[in-house]
Amino acid sequence: MKIAVASGKGGTGKTTVAVSLALSVPDAQLVDADAEEPNCHLFLRPSIQRTIPVYMMVPHVDLTKCDFCRKCADFCAFNALAVVKEQVLVFPELCHGCTGCVYVCPREAIVARQRQIGEVEIGAARGMVFIQGRLKPTEPSAVRIVREEIAQIDPKGGPAIIDASPGTACAVQDTIGQSQFCLLVTEPTPFGLHDLKMAMDVAQELGVPSGVVINRNGARDSIIEDECRKRNIPVLLKIPFDRRVAEAYSRGQPLVDAFPEWRESLRSLYREIERRVMT
Amino acid sequence: MKELVIISGKGGTGKTTVLGCFAVLAANKVLADADVDAPNLHLLLSPEPLEESDYHGVDLAAIDEETCTKCGRCEEVCQFSAIRDLRIQPRRCEGCGTCAVVCPEQAITMTPQVTGQLYLSRTRYGPLAHARLVAGGEASGKLVTEVRELAHRVAVERGADLILTDGSPGIGCPVIASLSGVEATLAVTEPTPSGLHDLERVLLVAAHFQVRSAVCVNKWDINPQLTEEIERLARAMGAMPLGRIPFDEAVAESTAEGIPVVEVADSPAARAIRDLWTDMGENDLC
Ligand code: SF4
Ligand code: SF4
Repeated sequence: MKIAVASGKGGTGKTTVAVSLALSVPDAQLVDADAEEPNCHLFLRPSIQRTIPVYMMVPHVDLTKCDFCRKCADFCAFNALAVVKEQVLVFPELCHGCTGCVYVCPREAIVARQRQIGEVEIGAARGMVFIQGRLKPTEPSAVRIVREEIAQIDPKGGPAIIDASPGTACAVQDTIGQSQFCLLVTEPTPFGLHDLKMAMDVAQELGVPSGVVINRNGARDSIIEDECRKRNIPVLLKIPFDRRVAEAYSRGQPLVDAFPEWRESLRSLYREIERRVMT
Repeated sequence: MKELVIISGKGGTGKTTVLGCFAVLAANKVLADADVDAPNLHLLLSPEPLEESDYHGVDLAAIDEETCTKCGRCEEVCQFSAIRDLRIQPRRCEGCGTCAVVCPEQAITMTPQVTGQLYLSRTRYGPLAHARLVAGGEASGKLVTEVRELAHRVAVERGADLILTDGSPGIGCPVIASLSGVEATLAVTEPTPSGLHDLERVLLVAAHFQVRSAVCVNKWDINPQLTEEIERLARAMGAMPLGRIPFDEAVAESTAEGIPVVEVADSPAARAIRDLWTDMGENDLC
């Protein structure tokens, strides 16, 4: 089973929940799919055994063949090419690696070359399988890296807990779409609610059942609970606001290590998810 | 005219809270919410839309089944695995048009799609350029660029001195699009291992695009030691540590009311943000 742990808004405690959930269920596979800013390793200090480089295609122009007709630049949907005087400029940070310019060029002046945009690392942490992706800074898109990470999950292994990136962009949709359940972590603030609604819309569109964890809960929970009731989405767990929780996090300590009493709550959270996926 | 972009690397560190306060403190400015994936600024500024226009995201490929001879060439060339069994997978299609170019029967057409709205709104602190995506709409750098262009246009028309932009978290395409051509950025972070780690990655991106960066640590008193480490890292990476905001309940309360914290209370966080704003000005960052 794959469980995506997502949150419309960043900084709501998604990593905290994913790491502690994985530490509380046996044989988990923890996948850090927030390849722009992977953080799970800071709490688990995994040993990495294998690194898989991830590539993207990028055009290379042979100026001796080029007659500066501009067909490539006109074609590129992402403005990653510009023809200025006797030069063809490639802007790698805009290129999506579609290779279309290669086919469009009437003079066969463009070839596609591979460029490494990041990697997927596989290893172990505290008895569980650990998979994480890393996008190289200045590279624009983590989608390919996240796909590679998900492909590395052992389908015969234990439950895969996937820490998705914040927001609802392409890579997140991919992660949720390939999961059987989407756990949405939010906080009871207007920002939290707003971004939660966006994430709920995406899960609903993809037809993936979801449930909510309210982090830093307190007096204002009702803004989240009302929305959940309206949509018939269950609130599965609440983690109270507590300065000691924030301090443990700031020391890089997983919630269930700092407060072992949480282990049982996370186990029942897992059982509840399992039950919902089965029925 | 200058543009100051607030970024964070890690999400949820208080970027929008700080920007909302700057919106109160800055004089002649235009505001832009370039966090198009999860826009929040409007929740603090209660905007009234003045202008609205459709945002055309990427095109979507469509195969005409009548003309298609099932040669499979399109599937071969698509770099995004967006064609499976000669069917377009809309969520995966990035709209590049390569399949349409290689199809020997010209059976593929690319159709523009409306995936969101672009707004120019009035707020009590000045004009705001922002956007809304439909569910599942892709928050590309293109929409970020359109929001920023709208803000620039309005700033020129109204003779504004400054554009204050709420950037995206992370380091990908939307962040890169928020930083291109910008002089200065303020990174808001928090004293946690993730805050430190993500700051380092986003400062690498800012340095690559030759943007001057200042760094402010929110909730610094949660972990003073790590705050110092963050400030050391900032200096080592050529960024300027500027301002520490203490942990303060007043921030959560005023945010729940939809009011920037500097407006409601003379709380510790409000004072720190006011000082930060003065320091930003003195260092010619805004
Ligand atoms: S399409 Fe080919 S020949 Fe024309 S400008 Fe581009 S690289 Fe040069
Ligand atoms: S590979 Fe695609 S995105 Fe990259 S430059 Fe060529 S046409 Fe543009």
